[in-house]
Amino acid sequence: MQHLRPVPDPKPPPVPIEGDLATIRELERWATVLRMDCVRMLAVAKSGHLDSSLSAADVVTALYHRVLRHDPSRPDWPERDRFVLSKGHAAPIQYAALARYGYFPLEDLMGLRKIGAQLQGHPDMNRTPGVEVSTGSLGQGLSMSLGIALALHLDGDGDARVWCLLSDGDCQEGQTWEAATAAPHFADRGGARITAVVDYNHLQTDGTTEEVMDIGDMRAKFESFGWDTVEIDGHDMAAIVDALERSRTVERPAAIVCQTKKGRGVSSMEGRFGFHGKPPSPEQAEEALTELEHLFAAQTEALETATGEFAAVPSRDRGSD
Amino acid sequence: MGAAVEATATRQAYGDALLALGQEHDDVVSLDADLSVSTQAAKFGKEFPERFFNVGAAEANMMSIACGLAATGKVPYCSTFAIFAAGRAYDQVRLGIAHNELKVRIGASHGGVSLGEDGASHQMIEDIALMRAMPRMQVIVPADYNQAYRAVLHSYENDEPMYLRFGRPATPVVYEEIPETLNSVDVLREGGDITLVATGHMVWRALEAAEALEREDGIEAEVLNVAIIKPIDSQAIIESLAKTGVAVTAEEHRVVGGLADAVRAVTAEQHPVPVFAVGMGDEFGVSGTGEACMEPFGLTSRGIAARAREALVLKPIVSHPPLHGPEWT
Repeated sequence: MQHLRPVPDPKPPPVPIEGDLATIRELERWATVLRMDCVRMLAVAKSGHLDSSLSAADVVTALYHRVLRHDPSRPDWPERDRFVLSKGHAAPIQYAALARYGYFPLEDLMGLRKIGAQLQGHPDMNRTPGVEVSTGSLGQGLSMSLGIALALHLDGDGDARVWCLLSDGDCQEGQTWEAATAAPHFADRGGARITAVVDYNHLQTDGTTEEVMDIGDMRAKFESFGWDTVEIDGHDMAAIVDALERSRTVERPAAIVCQTKKGRGVSSMEGRFGFHGKPPSPEQAEEALTELEHLFAAQTEALETATGEFAAVPSRDRGSD
Repeated sequence: MGAAVEATATRQAYGDALLALGQEHDDVVSLDADLSVSTQAAKFGKEFPERFFNVGAAEANMMSIACGLAATGKVPYCSTFAIFAAGRAYDQVRLGIAHNELKVRIGASHGGVSLGEDGASHQMIEDIALMRAMPRMQVIVPADYNQAYRAVLHSYENDEPMYLRFGRPATPVVYEEIPETLNSVDVLREGGDITLVATGHMVWRALEAAEALEREDGIEAEVLNVAIIKPIDSQAIIESLAKTGVAVTAEEHRVVGGLADAVRAVTAEQHPVPVFAVGMGDEFGVSGTGEACMEPFGLTSRGIAARAREALVLKPIVSHPPLHGPEWT
């Protein structure tokens, strides 16, 4: 796929544990880079879920590039935060974040879904550094996250946290609500270490969630199950960072319902039905990369003119939600 | 806890051995789905409340929670009835535990029809088949309290994902002591005419059948107890069959996918001899006392002996010399 234009390769931001936090504008630009990675990966793989990856790109960027305490040089660091991609079909966006942070070489992204590659169609903990548990069968990730949280609590008084990204489909699976029941029940035994982020993009394989199986008011549901819940625009980076960082401070399990658009960032795909599980054609990929490249250029320009301003006002100092 | 000397349920051994493991190892955690008194996990829960998680009636949740615990260094023991462990939570066990090769132990109690009165909805008769088919999952079915106790200790000492099946009723003692090791196959009785291959609750019945065959017909039956059905010790089975040339398997389970098929898979490829099966056909169990529930399906010592007599009639017709010759004799 040499004809595909290359993705820009800016220097990665510092690892969040090292102190210097990425600014909101830097994060926004990183989300664009990860989106471009996803387009290239899927175009090369000719298989996978691009639109589901794009809807989660901003949240995943905020997590890996700012909020998660992790260290690519020590993937097994016991006190690291854990990220569980319950919506395992959005693996490309997690792979892109892991590669950009050096968990494995960037060129490995192009092996996605190919025989012998470490990047499986859905995340595999035994094949890919940085993947905590294998997922892909919807509905299991929140329970797995709870198990991790219970174990972290048993291990002592560190404050490592578990971040679980759920899809609409995850929330249609009954098991998610078994876990949603159990996490507040076990709040004092580790359950409060969980932040569940719902990537509520309203589109699934067979149509809109409203048509197929309406999951309704996700905020009200999580709240009624005993979770500390906020609802935000899942493409508003400042709101995402605020909500994620605030969730560290609450004493209950925390849910963040992100209203998102499937295919976000690629206008031919954004919010439109019919792209789930369909890779972009070479033409669609070119078009998408062109669009994202323009966005990247604009974001770079904005960064260059406003770096000082944004660096001086890190989002964590603003009021909560 | 010492060895049982009188009939005791294998699920009791699960509870007792789990408690012992908990006393010795801090990384052992126990999960149950609102059946901890029946599964006996409550013994652990009472002594180690901080390491015991009752998830309520939510078996799928339990298995995936166990995945997370094991991925973070704990050794989870998940107990519930076999019907829920292998049936309801199959996909969770498959992706979260077997696929990840995690050290999670599934303590599946009330396997088979001998749980009795609750009837078909609760009588799991295809769990061995399901778990045998699952990649990387080991399948263990102990014969009595003493072997079950060893099986639980064995499960801590090894790392592979494991499914352990226990039963509800008090079961006669087969092993006088808690055995030193858990073997896939133990030869419990030697004989040259026919091999009775049994697992779980059918082992003591196979021993009874062997005695009846000797007493009533002068038939010398060899009795094998298969406690680890997967991975099975094929050589031990072939060694016996090289001598006897015919087998009857006995299991409280469907004959499809269970012990019968495990033995037939060995013989068909390595040493073709006739293998006849005692087990459940294409049918569900019914309510009744545990013992009464076994009768309609021939899951009795009389049933095994009757099948053995039929097998011996057919043996000269269908049997032929071992392919491997003296190597196995």
